[in-house]
Amino acid sequence: MKLRDVLEIVEGKVISRNTNLDLEVKMGCGADLMSDVLAFTHEGTLLMSGLTNPQVVRTAEMAGIQAIVFVRGKIPPPETVALAEEKGIALLASKYTMFETCGRLYRAGLPSCGLFETSLRRWREFFGEE
Amino acid sequence: MAVNAAFSERKREITRLQELVYELRVRDAMTSKVITVAPQTTMAEFREVLRANRISGTPVVEGGRMVGIISIEDLIKALAAGELNATVGEKMTPRTVTLYEDDPLIHAVGKFSSLGYGRFPVINRQGDLVGILVQGDIVRALLRRMEIEYHEEEVRRYRASHLFEDILADQVTLHLRYRVVGGDFERAGEASSQLKKTLSRLGINPRIVRRVAIAAYEAEMNIVIYTDGGEIVAEVTPIRIHLEAIDHGPGIPDIQKAMEPGFSTAPEWVREMGFGAGMGLPNIQACADEMVLESTVGVGTTLKVIIYLTSGRRASTDT
Repeated sequence: MKLRDVLEIVEGKVISRNTNLDLEVKMGCGADLMSDVLAFTHEGTLLMSGLTNPQVVRTAEMAGIQAIVFVRGKIPPPETVALAEEKGIALLASKYTMFETCGRLYRAGLPSCGLFETSLRRWREFFGEE
Repeated sequence: MAVNAAFSERKREITRLQELVYELRVRDAMTSKVITVAPQTTMAEFREVLRANRISGTPVVEGGRMVGIISIEDLIKALAAGELNATVGEKMTPRTVTLYEDDPLIHAVGKFSSLGYGRFPVINRQGDLVGILVQGDIVRALLRRMEIEYHEEEVRRYRASHLFEDILADQVTLHLRYRVVGGDFERAGEASSQLKKTLSRLGINPRIVRRVAIAAYEAEMNIVIYTDGGEIVAEVTPIRIHLEAIDHGPGIPDIQKAMEPGFSTAPEWVREMGFGAGMGLPNIQACADEMVLESTVGVGTTLKVIIYLTSGRRASTDT
């Protein structure tokens, strides 16, 4: 899914300058916890987050995430935008909640990041099944 | 897949080209040796000026001030009308639409397409004529810059990826050392960012680079959040990356507890920033092939992580 499709689906706006709307995102992840972003995403993931501090951009950089959608109408401060532009990470905004933003994209065909070994291990340990 | 890769590569280049039109200034593209003519010059003399300099037009200057612009089209019209003895002053376009030398190139692109002129005189902020810009100059400047950038990154990549092959020794180890300032949330992540870039340039598999970057970043955040500072050292060999995050206090009283997912002693302000949820150390462990955490209260903490470069040493959890 291209960023221009994402914008249309969530009725969003672009925040960063020189944003490539033809950028392809392969899957989506919604998280406000940066460690979760690092643990439960892959390269090329679109991140939905309600956090707007510069560390969101750092986290995206480390995880190989090239685009972030800020949910609930949150607008990032200038230092976040500046860092994102320096790192070439696209910033978008959605006025919808995390649930609705993710839901609209999932319904439109953007897949999730899938199941992770760490989650499955905890699952098996607690529920005792495969 | 190969076609797709080539296509997205081209898209990236086009985007970069778009960015460059905003980054580059008119002065980066213009010709600064400007040939000018006076209004009293005859069209026959003007023809010689064009021919001798292989140009297609010039600004017309009188007493140091620009009064108009004259081009090869004006010459052709004069030729057709048999008016080669007419003066430039009579045949020129008396206009002074100019560009400033510090205008972004995108302004020039806009003016070329909206006004339909073939060239623009370029002035500085004092109003002096400092250059001239034709449409071809823009394309040339963009290509030149693209080539330089492409070449620079290519050379960096080439040099870095051949480092291990070029160095003759029984064992080669590359030490990368980064200082981390405690409490400095603004710059937190800089070290990991530089480490990630360097490892990519070394030509290391992107999946491995991502694991090292995530482990380094979580470790760097721990140093920033909990200590007065420390350092991150990466030791790179052709076989493995040995990452060490070292700080000088306060130390972890119960390491086993600290390793439990969800256990955290982070203050509220750290949690508000999306950290301190007790997932940092478990995350590092998930990225690592081997991990050792040593800590003495009041002395400091050393975290050692080993990630192998050769595939198959470990079933990856992130696929």
